[in-house]
Amino acid sequence: MRAVKLKKSHLKGFLTCVGGWGELWGPVKRNGRHVLESIGDIKDIDLTALRTTLPFKKLLFPPKFSMFRYDANGFQDTLSAIPKRVIFGLHACDIKALCILDEFFAKEYKDPYYYERRNRTAIIGHSCIPDDKCFCNATDNETVTEGFDLFLSDLGDFYLVWVGSSLGDDMVRECPKLIDTNVGHEDLKKYIQFQKHRSEQFKRQIDLTGMPDIVELSMDSPVWEEEGEKCLSCGACTIVCPTCPCYNVNDENDLGKPSGERMRQWDSCMFREYSLVAGGHNFREARAERLKLRFTHKLQSFVGKFGKPACTGCGRCIDTCPVGIDIFTMVKKLQGEEVRS
Amino acid sequence: MSAAVEIQNPYLPEPYRLIRRYPLTDDVHFFQVRAVDMDRALSLKYSPGQFMMVSIPGIGEAPFSISSTPSRPGLIEFGIRRVGRITDQIFKLKENSVLGVRGPYGTGFPVDKMEGKNLVIVMGGLGAIPLRSLLQYALDNRDRFAHLALIYGARTPGDMLFRKEFLSLMDRDDIQCLLTVDKDDTGKWPGHVGLPTVLFKHLTNLNPKDTNLVVVGPPVMYKFIVAEALKLNIPKHQILMSLERRMKCGIGKCGHCIIGGYIYTCLEGPTFSYWDVTHMKGLI
Repeated sequence: MRAVKLKKSHLKGFLTCVGGWGELWGPVKRNGRHVLESIGDIKDIDLTALRTTLPFKKLLFPPKFSMFRYDANGFQDTLSAIPKRVIFGLHACDIKALCILDEFFAKEYKDPYYYERRNRTAIIGHSCIPDDKCFCNATDNETVTEGFDLFLSDLGDFYLVWVGSSLGDDMVRECPKLIDTNVGHEDLKKYIQFQKHRSEQFKRQIDLTGMPDIVELSMDSPVWEEEGEKCLSCGACTIVCPTCPCYNVNDENDLGKPSGERMRQWDSCMFREYSLVAGGHNFREARAERLKLRFTHKLQSFVGKFGKPACTGCGRCIDTCPVGIDIFTMVKKLQGEEVRS
Repeated sequence: MSAAVEIQNPYLPEPYRLIRRYPLTDDVHFFQVRAVDMDRALSLKYSPGQFMMVSIPGIGEAPFSISSTPSRPGLIEFGIRRVGRITDQIFKLKENSVLGVRGPYGTGFPVDKMEGKNLVIVMGGLGAIPLRSLLQYALDNRDRFAHLALIYGARTPGDMLFRKEFLSLMDRDDIQCLLTVDKDDTGKWPGHVGLPTVLFKHLTNLNPKDTNLVVVGPPVMYKFIVAEALKLNIPKHQILMSLERRMKCGIGKCGHCIIGGYIYTCLEGPTFSYWDVTHMKGLI
């Protein structure tokens, strides 16, 4: 992969330059938390941001959007007018999640709503230093080699910029005055040092080896009931998870008219109604059954289908679950280790 | 300016015309539809066991098993029980009105692999709806199957779906037609009385290795029918069934029909074998 250098003092100029390609989005601090927002003033971007409360998925399949309109004459596609966007500041874990979603939404039937947005979205990643909730080292997401157009690694007074796509290459070439194409041995040494330093910062140790087998053999474990007792079915874990794609569909009528829109809205397998069918039978009435679905999906079955777990180690569920049921603690519990809560 | 749409939208229902409808029982009605576009209607390919998503604008969309056979192209038939908001609206539709339909979806029964073998079709209650497709397919391609048997259990003669159609099969000698009711309240019922399991004694001289048994019915039925099939020594992967799940898309995205962690019923089902059921948790 091609790499170039960008002086930190040139970042603002560079982002202004790439902002010409599309609407710039990046992490901003609001009420003590980071959120992904449309950027008016580049100095609002907080480069220290780790996980944003909601991941980038809110831009690729918004929490609620119109799929199409209907009226007395039938159904009309409204799939259009999606703006071009540049998302700046995604970390390796989010880019891995993006790769998972790219694959998921392309499988069997290509999802037009996801891909109409995805095809108009450029990704500029940014390196990070893990905090006490990160465990991307356990999910093999410490570095990324695909899924981005550019990836900026912070090496002190400059960024090493990995060029991940043809579009990324165009972006770099459009600002020749800001970019240094002369990457030498010293720079590489700094990069290796940075990666070494980064990998030493993880506070959590977890080993996901063998999880599919452990989950398969733990179907009757009391852990599910114990955690199900605590679970509030609030769905927050699925809302913040960067790889959770499930949704519900509802028709919303225009007031007093036979017309309206078919709306698609984030859903959660933690909700009681998730597996409820007409006539009243619920295939997952118990909270323990719903937890089992979520964690088998992430840690076991997904590995069988995609060759990797559907968890990137971003730490959002650890940060969010009000009763401490997250991937990390569930793995530890299923592995039979005590977890301090 | 709106940008050009690059990807065909699989979520958009196609217009279908309701050709004919009539009651099968009080709460289950028969609906025959056809794609408004005649080329589309005639080119529609599907297999027995597949389903389609039917849309009622303003109310929503739900999956329905196809009850017609692909060996009689052009018209699609459903048997629909009035059970909720969407079916309430479907029951209000008059003949010749236009509704939204998309699909077919799912895998359907592996008819290619089933050909050349004996076929035992076991229906209970609403299970008659998807299995009528397979039954008609087998009858239309009778030379491709060895022994063909139908077992259908209903509560009363009045509850039996497609009653006239199935009763007429009792006169034929190319199908063993075993119809039973739990209770005959008419006194005129020409078939059997009792549970469908007792009819298995009539299935004689079937080589189990060369037999496929397909069962669809209410959840309680599977356990008993599978036990009978296993008693006949039919291999687990030749005992087939169709499962019901909540579905919002039919194309493996919305997640509601997931079973066993990553089996999307809409893509890999709704037809499964008893082997699938025993090695994947939570199917039945």
